[in-house]
Amino acid sequence: MKNIFNYIERESPIHELTGATKLICLVLFSVGGMITFDTRYVACLAIIALLLFRISKIRLNEVSILLKFTLFFMVFNNLVLFVFSPQYGVEIYGTKHVLFGSGRFTVTAEQLFYHLNQMLKCLAMVPIVLLFVCTTNPSEFASSLNKVGVPYSVSYSVALALRYIPDIQLEYHDISRAQQARGIEMSKKENLIKRLKAAAEILIPLILSSMDRIETVSNAMELRGFGKNKKRTWYTANRFRAADIAAIVFCILLVAGAVAHNTLNGGRFWNPFTAG
Amino acid sequence: MKKFSVKTIVAIGIGAALFFVLGRFVAIPSPIPNTNISSQYGLLAFMAAVFGPLAGFLIGLIGHALIDFSWGGSFGGIWWSWVIASAVCGLIMGLASKKLDLSGGRFNGKDIVRFNVTQIIANIICWGGIAPALDVLIYHEPTEKLVAQGLMAGIGNIVTTAIIGTLLCLAYAKSRPQKGSLEEEKDA
Amino acid sequence: MEEVVLSFKDFGFKYNAQVEPTLYNIDLEVRRGEKILIAGPSGCGKSTLVHCINGLIPFSYKGEKTGSLTVKGKETSDMSMFELSKSIGTVLQDSDGQFVGLTVAEDIAFALENDCIGEPELHERVAEVADLVSIGDHLGKSPAQLSGGQKQRVSLAGVMVDNVDIFLFDEPLANLDPATGKQAVELIDEIQRETGSAVIIVEHRLEDVLWRHVDRVVLMNDGRIVSNSTPDELLSGDLLRRYGIREPLYITALKYAGIQIRPEMQPWSIRSIELSDSDRAKVCQWFARHSESEEKTPSEALLSARNICFGYDADHRIINDISADIRREELTAIVGTNGAGKSTFAKLICGFETQNSGDFFFRETDLKNLSIKERADHIGYVMQNPNQMISKVMIFDEVALGLRKRGVPEEEIKKRVERVLEICGLKPFRKWPVSALSFGQKKRVTIASILVLEPEIIILDEPTAGQDYRHYTEIMEFLLELKQRGITIVLITHDMHLMLEYAERTIVFTNGQIIADDTGYAVLTDREIIEKASLKETSLYSLAEKCGIGDARAFVRSFIEYERKVFRE
Repeated sequence: MKNIFNYIERESPIHELTGATKLICLVLFSVGGMITFDTRYVACLAIIALLLFRISKIRLNEVSILLKFTLFFMVFNNLVLFVFSPQYGVEIYGTKHVLFGSGRFTVTAEQLFYHLNQMLKCLAMVPIVLLFVCTTNPSEFASSLNKVGVPYSVSYSVALALRYIPDIQLEYHDISRAQQARGIEMSKKENLIKRLKAAAEILIPLILSSMDRIETVSNAMELRGFGKNKKRTWYTANRFRAADIAAIVFCILLVAGAVAHNTLNGGRFWNPFTAG
Repeated sequence: MKKFSVKTIVAIGIGAALFFVLGRFVAIPSPIPNTNISSQYGLLAFMAAVFGPLAGFLIGLIGHALIDFSWGGSFGGIWWSWVIASAVCGLIMGLASKKLDLSGGRFNGKDIVRFNVTQIIANIICWGGIAPALDVLIYHEPTEKLVAQGLMAGIGNIVTTAIIGTLLCLAYAKSRPQKGSLEEEKDA
Repeated sequence: MEEVVLSFKDFGFKYNAQVEPTLYNIDLEVRRGEKILIAGPSGCGKSTLVHCINGLIPFSYKGEKTGSLTVKGKETSDMSMFELSKSIGTVLQDSDGQFVGLTVAEDIAFALENDCIGEPELHERVAEVADLVSIGDHLGKSPAQLSGGQKQRVSLAGVMVDNVDIFLFDEPLANLDPATGKQAVELIDEIQRETGSAVIIVEHRLEDVLWRHVDRVVLMNDGRIVSNSTPDELLSGDLLRRYGIREPLYITALKYAGIQIRPEMQPWSIRSIELSDSDRAKVCQWFARHSESEEKTPSEALLSARNICFGYDADHRIINDISADIRREELTAIVGTNGAGKSTFAKLICGFETQNSGDFFFRETDLKNLSIKERADHIGYVMQNPNQMISKVMIFDEVALGLRKRGVPEEEIKKRVERVLEICGLKPFRKWPVSALSFGQKKRVTIASILVLEPEIIILDEPTAGQDYRHYTEIMEFLLELKQRGITIVLITHDMHLMLEYAERTIVFTNGQIIADDTGYAVLTDREIIEKASLKETSLYSLAEKCGIGDARAFVRSFIEYERKVFRE
């Protein structure tokens, strides 16, 4: 309950980068992963992601629960993909190499290759997000946002969200138990409409008391001069170093690489079936 | 960008925290096995109706992004397409705020219709349009699957918001001092 | 004479939304280095006065003002909120609301950040101020890792960074346990001495604030200042009683003994008061006249806890091997510091959390097999803040909720709800919306909504927190009535008066264990327990010592019994 965002304090080159750098890199990396489906490129991304993960000194067992979710999600999502469009691979690659089976669910090499692509993407993206979450100190995150151009008012909203999540979580826990004691239930025993009404009965006290909280907190902030100037400084601000610039340049190159790939391949997919 | 009042800034922060807690910990089982109903969209509609479209946009954006981050990207990274859809949903829902006066204690029959028409339009645009369109672009998954996913989410959110959102608005409006009939004590 | 830093001249204020003004004809001057206590019952206008001083009025709450209010000679209506915040540092009652940073250091730095103070000054100032309030070792901690007292230190540091001229404390003791409250009063005193600023404390717990000297006490009622004098003068009169503020207990005891309190006795504190030989003799005589009393035989146990252990993780136990009995038709108080495990214990009883080991028995039934809802048929739980329980718009529906969820026929619901509303004194309001009620009445609604399920035990978390003496008495007398109707009551509380006056039995928690289970007077006259559990010795005990009464415990008991008699008449 304490550390919902899983920040793990440690000394590593990744930890030392500013939160802003890491956020920019995360976005660039995501863009790189989004715009191309070239298997070779995505495989490279996955390898880079895993390498970075090693450098961060985060141990696998520290994030094992999350990785189990990933595994579950990957299998589930691919099953759904297959059930919905078992011939999607054929559509994309334009050839049909039947491996086995017949009818709608004929398994083709193209479809399997498409699934491989999807899984590789997952393998490239998951470590990067994990890395961001585990190595970014929540305290520094808001100041980072401000540094990359987000107005400080919005950055502070993010800081406030992080600040009050644990309080609200506790309050929700207490309120929902006290309401359960009075007999409000959201379990499957009731029909959907009743369940939603029950949810509202639990949420009403939580949200009304949050509205009071908004008033108290904004009073407290105003009394201490929030919003006085066009800028504000941050206690947790981190200075940009050479490594930050290097990391961002590296990620820009990655994106450029992806764009180049797409242009050379003449599409977002690399097609081994017609190439060979 | 328009300058926010301190109260709106705090409302965005606390609204996002509530969105997060509801999305992450409030599990209302849905009729479809292994899926839960997202009660946070009822909250989003309510907050947007009180604090306006920009607040709605940011609550959806920050709240949803934080939920994805807290899963450590374990569902295949951050689903930026859905994060953006949540944000736009908050934005459109907030358009109703101009005609509503929840803080003034008013939420009559006409307002209920206004609130719900807006939320239905918002949900259709976001989950039937924006989310699948972005998904096709970003993830290149089959359109049928994405539209089915979006429709499921959209219908779920419309029903949730119609019930939870409307009840929240009613309760909040009733909790506000009614114009002209104020309580005597301001202290306590 | 020192410079006047704050001055009200024939000041009045009316909220836009209200018909009548909230403040009338306020005349008040505060000088540099002065320490002033503002007291008064709920609704007397003291919160409005606080808002006028720190600028929330008129910047956040709109209304009309009359007369003049100046800070350091400057009319506040000519100042911006930010300018005003440079002179006046407000410490709010809700320390979680005031704590806006993610960590201690960030919160202290907040005002400096808003002023665009850069490095290295920012870090230096924070470290310096943190040391002044001795929180320097906790700079990286989040609010969840701090105690109530530590959070308050952070709040104080957060306004001290601005070098303000006036410190304004809004009910600083409301959420603190007794010993922490005492430390807070000491800290405020120290800070004032070091900074030389003026201090204004708004608080209705007079005796607790007077643990350290204050220069003047301003008494308010109905939006007016009714008295502005030294504490010695105030305590010598009978204004406190007239306006529903609780007198320090030793003063009441001396008055019972027929002693006339005079300012030259220095009655502001039990340590300073000078009693003549004849005064002491009078107290002893009073004690001799009122010392007989009957001991009640304890009734049988209704709820038993056996070897309860609980913790979220293995190495940190919140509840450590607790065994206790709650006896039928008794009023039991559970006391101890914040985080000692009191609330957790209550939640375990109700099934909100599940113990790692140990058992609860209700009569002969093992609670283990009962769901939260089933337990609630026997044991009701009332949360501290009524707003956290109310989810219906109308009072009737709110009270009926539990019955409707249990499928009771509507006709019977009507009967039962009306009966409960009658008991709770809410019958005239049954068709009202909940929002039209005062805080105390809302509390009654939540108690009614639990009572309607006809539990045999009701557990209340801090039922009187933040209530003035009149509301406190109302709530407690109501609970006594319930007890006479055969309901067993358990209270979790920080209020030493409450446990002395109303509880038959007191269970003392420290670090997840029970260190005492006895009468209130026995607990509050035992120095070792007091220290271990961060309680506060009652001034009656010191009075007994001062008068050479050997059996202090019996003296305290006689006083309480006598006071109840006086109260009933």
